[in-house]
Amino acid sequence: MTESNREIPGIFEGLLATARRDLLLAWKRPGDVLNPLFFFAMVCTLFPLAVGPSQEQLEFSGPGVLWVAALLATLLSLNALFLSDFEDGSLDQLLVSPQPLPVLVLGKVLAHWLTAGLPLVFVSPILALTYNMPVTVMGVMMLTLTLGTISLSLLGSIGAALTVGLHRGTALLSLLILPLAMPIMILGANAVSLAAHNDVYTTGIWALGAYAIASVSVAPYATAAALRISNE
Amino acid sequence: MTHKLSADNLTLIRGERCLFQGLSFALESGGLLVLEGRNGSGKTSLIRAIAGMLSLEEGTVFWDDVPVEKQRQAFHGNLVWLAHRTGLKGDLTLVENLGFERALRAHASDDPEEVYERLGISRLKKLVLRSLSAGQQRRVALARMLLTDVPLWFMDEPFTNLDREGRALVLELVEEHLATGGMCVMAAHQDVEINAPTTRVKIQ
Repeated sequence: MTESNREIPGIFEGLLATARRDLLLAWKRPGDVLNPLFFFAMVCTLFPLAVGPSQEQLEFSGPGVLWVAALLATLLSLNALFLSDFEDGSLDQLLVSPQPLPVLVLGKVLAHWLTAGLPLVFVSPILALTYNMPVTVMGVMMLTLTLGTISLSLLGSIGAALTVGLHRGTALLSLLILPLAMPIMILGANAVSLAAHNDVYTTGIWALGAYAIASVSVAPYATAAALRISNE
Repeated sequence: MTHKLSADNLTLIRGERCLFQGLSFALESGGLLVLEGRNGSGKTSLIRAIAGMLSLEEGTVFWDDVPVEKQRQAFHGNLVWLAHRTGLKGDLTLVENLGFERALRAHASDDPEEVYERLGISRLKKLVLRSLSAGQQRRVALARMLLTDVPLWFMDEPFTNLDREGRALVLELVEEHLATGGMCVMAAHQDVEINAPTTRVKIQ
């Protein structure tokens, strides 16, 4: 056994490999990715049918409905984040890897956001048409959704890690995450409403950005610690 | 370079039950540690605790005389893990699965083709893991061990699902690994006879 060739790959390689594997898995099982997206699309299209075609009412409720649906769709997808890894033993392999666990977690969350968060952002303008949203407001909405789903994926990973060892932890996961997720939804929906009324909306965007930065810096560590506890 | 894995006074309580108490051992390069016990005696808990996945009630595991919890990452850089649950993704092919491992651990310079050939899995390369038999999946998990270049092997029930040749192959691979200065911690409920210095730990 020579010591010379024993080099542990860099952390960036570990992050990309984890993200790449999860993306590959999502590609091979597209149903898991499409489910939350369908849910999002269904809620947003059914709502106008239920409340009636009053244009004023739709314009008024559009931002709120889109944001609530986005939040719930993300929560729906979070449960699966670590579940299959836990069941097939991949999580053990991650836990005994020399790569720092928070980095591998970040890789997984990145893949989750790319498959669960980003599609919502891209589909939202089409759905916003049903609420008669002007194009400029759509831009604001996409920006808030982008920042908001980043935070939701990151904060959600903490809840997913805490509940991974429990069977049917979905309800608990939602309860754990909602208090942290609610400010994101309020800020996001509020910024879009303000933009629709030609008011100053940038405060909300900055706050969402700050929330996302705080999540990126704290969540991977919290998730890594939670995973170690749940997997005992 | 020689390494040393030792434990001092390990105690683990799960729920109401004390699985083991005051357990100590020392393992040097070239040595095998066999954890023996009946089903449900706590072998898996012990091997997980040694690998640093379970926190102990009392006692410390040392790697090169430094407590493992003080150097978790360095310790994990020296081990590879094989357990009941293989840690392989059923939806990915053999090559995709093992390719991911290469990003996690130091990899050996061995030619992967030769390793596949030896384990009898070279014709399965393009198949997704889900379509392989349990024994074949186990062989893929063994390939992960051979393709990483680490001194310490952790094997929890390595013989599960393997046929007779497979079991002989595991013993042969462990023997080779120990002969080149590696070490192995194995939890097994059957007798393991290997031509190497062997320490046995019995759990009641």
